[in-house]
Amino acid sequence: MKRDPGFYDYLPYHGRPAIRWPGDARVAFWVAPNIEFYELNPPKNPARSAWARPAPDVLNYAYRDYGNRAGFWRMLDAMKRCNVRGSVSLNVAVCDHHPEVIRACADNGWEFYSHGTYNTRYLMGMDEAQERAVIQDSIDTIKKHTGQKLDGWLAPALTYTDNTLDLVADMGLSYVCDLFHDDQPGPVKVKRGRLTSVPYSLEMNDVIVYNVNLVQPRRYAEILKRQFDRLYAEGEASGTVMCIPLHPYLVGQPYRMDAFEEALSYITGHDKVWLATGREIAQHFNDHYFDAFAAAAHTVGEAS
Amino acid sequence: MSLAPEQLAYPQRRYGMDHALYDWSMLPRRKPVLWPNAARIALWVVPALEWFPLNMKGVPFKPPGAMATAYPDLRHYTLRDYGNRVGIFRIMQALALHGIRASVAVNAAVAERYPALIRACVQRDWEIIANGQDMDHLHHAGLSVADEKKQIDHTLAVLRGASGQAVRGWLSPAKSESAATLDLLGAAGLDYVCDWVNDDMPYPMHASGGKLHAMPHPIDIDDTTILVQNHHSEDDFRDQLCDQFDVLYRESATQGGRVMAISLHPWVIGQPYRIQALEQALAHIMGHQGVWAATGCEILDAWKSAQA
Repeated sequence: MKRDPGFYDYLPYHGRPAIRWPGDARVAFWVAPNIEFYELNPPKNPARSAWARPAPDVLNYAYRDYGNRAGFWRMLDAMKRCNVRGSVSLNVAVCDHHPEVIRACADNGWEFYSHGTYNTRYLMGMDEAQERAVIQDSIDTIKKHTGQKLDGWLAPALTYTDNTLDLVADMGLSYVCDLFHDDQPGPVKVKRGRLTSVPYSLEMNDVIVYNVNLVQPRRYAEILKRQFDRLYAEGEASGTVMCIPLHPYLVGQPYRMDAFEEALSYITGHDKVWLATGREIAQHFNDHYFDAFAAAAHTVGEAS
Repeated sequence: MSLAPEQLAYPQRRYGMDHALYDWSMLPRRKPVLWPNAARIALWVVPALEWFPLNMKGVPFKPPGAMATAYPDLRHYTLRDYGNRVGIFRIMQALALHGIRASVAVNAAVAERYPALIRACVQRDWEIIANGQDMDHLHHAGLSVADEKKQIDHTLAVLRGASGQAVRGWLSPAKSESAATLDLLGAAGLDYVCDWVNDDMPYPMHASGGKLHAMPHPIDIDDTTILVQNHHSEDDFRDQLCDQFDVLYRESATQGGRVMAISLHPWVIGQPYRIQALEQALAHIMGHQGVWAATGCEILDAWKSAQA
């Protein structure tokens, strides 16, 4: 096991090359709904059980199923009203189980990137060929069902091997959402390919907000607005990224919808916001700043 | 290092669900439901009358509200019992102000131990929902089907006897089920089950007997979850109930009638400093036109007629 993941060099926030987003926007704002399928009785990965309760965990299964049956549709309507396209963090098996959900996203011009096959299948313990098979499944399934080239990756249930980021870059993906070290995109050091880290967020993620931090829906709206206000102010000097990662089973509960939509409407009501997708942010950074950021970064020294 | 090949095999990857318990169905794409008198919201209030034995075994897990300290855990035992002695009567009063009849989920042990409480519910014309034997008799994979059937039969016999009602609804303690539970409930002649939190409306289950439905009984907007687990204030709970209602009410203008279920635990919401949150939320809800306060059976029967 490594002491340091080795994916990026040290680049302090102040003194970097300044980022300019299209339209002179201060913030590249993107919303990443996780469209997921959790299996009722998945095979157990040796490192992690899928469910908290003994099988069948009908409570936790049904709670997540709510997202596809009910919550997604409310979230979709709120995003449409705010003219926000989603960048779907997709368990690609949803293409088979619930093609209507995929169609609704595609019809609204949303991007699809991969969040693995199922949220109950984890990467830990896979050999390289197995992990390549999972990534290839995502590339092929997204192509087949949406016509899109797969560009982005967020590992299923945030599970990894030491090879994961190298493999997604090697297989032609251009960005990952797995690294939480920055509010701007950055180069990821991989063996082959050119990979950009696009800021996702755990702090803004409704799973962390609701399931871990147990906050009130109205407080979530405050958190989102405060995060945005600061990134918008800082973005005048150099463009920042704000992501809201969502899970329809959480944000799509009736009592949480209005507070969320109020925050989304507040954010999108500002002039200098670029309403982008993950792919668009990665592409712009890759075309204009990737090399400058890589050159400006300091190799990490370590006391021996 | 590699994983067993089954980890990359997906035998249930197909259209719809990965099991045969119910069908895949999208809430906004269903036929809109018309409630009696063109109501927009069917308000379903579901307090739970629970009994947690002092010597709980907690198999296969301790349900929310279980004993927590070393035996004898008097503090948790008696606080849960507070709900059955005191808290539930505050809920009765709050509901009576608006003429709301609850559907009360009752452990069989509560009916055996406190028949006066069941009489008080029945006198108020509340519907009795079976909530298992007690909070230490969870339904789970470790039970034999015969033992689980015995538990269900015993629970129904006790509650039907104590209430004189048909008892058509079921809530498993802690919403825990085995793979056999739904079929056993269907075979026992039950009409609905409250364990599944995947919908805002009733929907048909595929279970023995062919008539079992799921009723939308939430876990997250529930007094125990919000007040005890999340440590939100009672005003926050009130606000979340009101926000839940507002969204469902607005949705009902274009998508047909909706159910708003309020899941309550008298040992939680029935505390003197908290009961006002329920009263205020109910005042908000009942202040709207087109709110039909109904029992589980009434809502399910109306939903079924609306499917025809």
